[in-house]
Amino acid sequence: MDPLLLIEQSLNGFQLGVMLFLMAAGLTLVFGVMDMINLAHGSFYMVGAYLTATFVGLFDSFLLAVVLAVPLAALVGVVVELVALRTLYGRDHLDQVLATFGLILFFNELVKIVWGPVPLRLTPPEFLAGQVELIPGAPYPAFRLAVIVVGIAVGAFLWYLIGRTRLGMLIRAGASNREMVTALGVDIARIFTAVFALGAGLAGLAGAMAGPILAVEVGMGEHILILTFVVIVIGGIGSVKGAFVGAVLVGMVDTFGRVLLPTTLKLFLDPSTADGVGASLASMAIYILMAAVLFFRPRGLFPAHG
Amino acid sequence: MAGARRRKIALACLLGFLVLLPPVALAAGEPFYVSLFTRILITALAAASLNLILGFGGMVSFGHAAFVGIGGYVVGIAFVHASDGTLFLGLLPGTVSGFVVLPLAMIVAGLVALPIGAICLRTTGISFIMITLAFAQMLYYLMISLRRYNGQDGIAVWQRSELPWPIDLDDRMSFYYVALAVLLAFLYGTHRMVNSRFGRVLRAAKDNERRVRALGFHAYRYKLAAFVIAGAAAGLSGALLVNSTGFVGPSYLEWHRSGDLIVMVVLGGVGTLFGPVLGAGALMLLEEFIPELLNGLADGLGEHWKIFLGPILILIVLYARRGLMGLVDGSLGGSLLRRLRPEPPPGKPPRRRR
Repeated sequence: MDPLLLIEQSLNGFQLGVMLFLMAAGLTLVFGVMDMINLAHGSFYMVGAYLTATFVGLFDSFLLAVVLAVPLAALVGVVVELVALRTLYGRDHLDQVLATFGLILFFNELVKIVWGPVPLRLTPPEFLAGQVELIPGAPYPAFRLAVIVVGIAVGAFLWYLIGRTRLGMLIRAGASNREMVTALGVDIARIFTAVFALGAGLAGLAGAMAGPILAVEVGMGEHILILTFVVIVIGGIGSVKGAFVGAVLVGMVDTFGRVLLPTTLKLFLDPSTADGVGASLASMAIYILMAAVLFFRPRGLFPAHG
Repeated sequence: MAGARRRKIALACLLGFLVLLPPVALAAGEPFYVSLFTRILITALAAASLNLILGFGGMVSFGHAAFVGIGGYVVGIAFVHASDGTLFLGLLPGTVSGFVVLPLAMIVAGLVALPIGAICLRTTGISFIMITLAFAQMLYYLMISLRRYNGQDGIAVWQRSELPWPIDLDDRMSFYYVALAVLLAFLYGTHRMVNSRFGRVLRAAKDNERRVRALGFHAYRYKLAAFVIAGAAAGLSGALLVNSTGFVGPSYLEWHRSGDLIVMVVLGGVGTLFGPVLGAGALMLLEEFIPELLNGLADGLGEHWKIFLGPILILIVLYARRGLMGLVDGSLGGSLLRRLRPEPPPGKPPRRRR
């Protein structure tokens, strides 16, 4: 295979992985710390993208738009947590699924009412619009590269936050034994809200960065939400490290599956069959990966709880 | 118990209503209602099959629509090959015989449910929910990639499955009673099943799986068997639904549909025999009539009716856990009062710690 294509596809896979990581990091903490399933996480992603598109229209500056949209997405997360989700922590998972499914319906309609059903266009900022030649002869979109850089920076920030700060220590303690942390006099409810805000903000950031790459439309959060679930299940619920490894793995497998499977199958099958079968297999690749991981490690690659 | 008697009377009314509906609707010149209620009964079958694993087995499957879709695609694919005379995978001829496609839909859906259940049931809790969702999504994308069967656009199935005289699915009334009979048969089967030894183990595993294992039962096998049965019943529901709508496509497997099925089960009453039927009826009637009603209030409001459905779902979760069946029993008010008091709600076992 052409090495330049290989590099380009690796970067694409890594970029998708980074995007998934931004979604998965917040969600896995919510799962791990609160033992709560939140289907509405994709809605924060959608809200982040729509807010960014709106602010870009208002201020004509992508950076400023992101800087404004991310805290607002986090704020939406806090409001949702305080109003609806707080009462659901002790409930069984069925209640949580149903209530957060209701939230998705609500947010999708709300966005439709506020912004209309037509997808919005979001263009990357001027200084990231072009191509960068990392390796001579292999131009790569600067914006996608910026996404990768931001993702790595967020990963480093989370590693520091969770591993090195007092808040991170409390989050880890809350994930492994909630009752004990409460008994030691920590206000766990405030930690929950903080974790939730962090998760919603990261999802909003992912949405803002996905805007120029994909379309900003109603329901955009749901496709990535399900991919995020796959990532979290592979990585192990509650583990940020697992979320990172799982996200990159899923990003790579998905990207390379789409490129390599049809071409590889053409070696054995006639071209039209190979295209059909290859496309089917490629769209199933990450789920097959997930099934394989679960078969051998039902709790994921890096289970957070002992 | 007053609740039990009220329940019996309510169910007798429901059954009487369902049996008498077609002749009355046709006499009133409203054949649309017969078709609408046929779809409701078929959807109720899917919801009831989900209730078997969700309500009685405690397995929150978020991918149940996938099995409905598989059953639908069996009918659709068999029809495609029957209409253009080709062979499926170069081996099997197509057919529109109901005696072939309806059982085949169940078998195929059950066979798909077997490995999926086998893998999913290795996990519990949140992972189980997410993995069933992921597998359903996998099947969804698989159907989209089937170019032979029109991918995203799906298959227009313009010939209904043929069943022997006097049953004729082209006849509204006949189709309605087929759907009703299938639903009642499944509900009766569920009733027998959950009260059998099998059902007792299943329900016990829902409450405390560790204890069931300690008693020497393979809880995993019981749950898997229930998962496969529910998948097969959902497949039958899908096969009937294709006959009713004349179309099958990837939209059958969309995850929103799985969510809708869960909503129906919970709305009607989790773990009750007739709850899913009430839930399916309530949700589909709302879907049908609320938009018109809201448009009457303010122009364009009906289009966005789901903005009300979302918060209503949250309120149901918070305050009316027993669903419509709770209303039938007359215990809804009581449970609402209990909710408002600070003590824990009754009938819910404490969450098991990891």
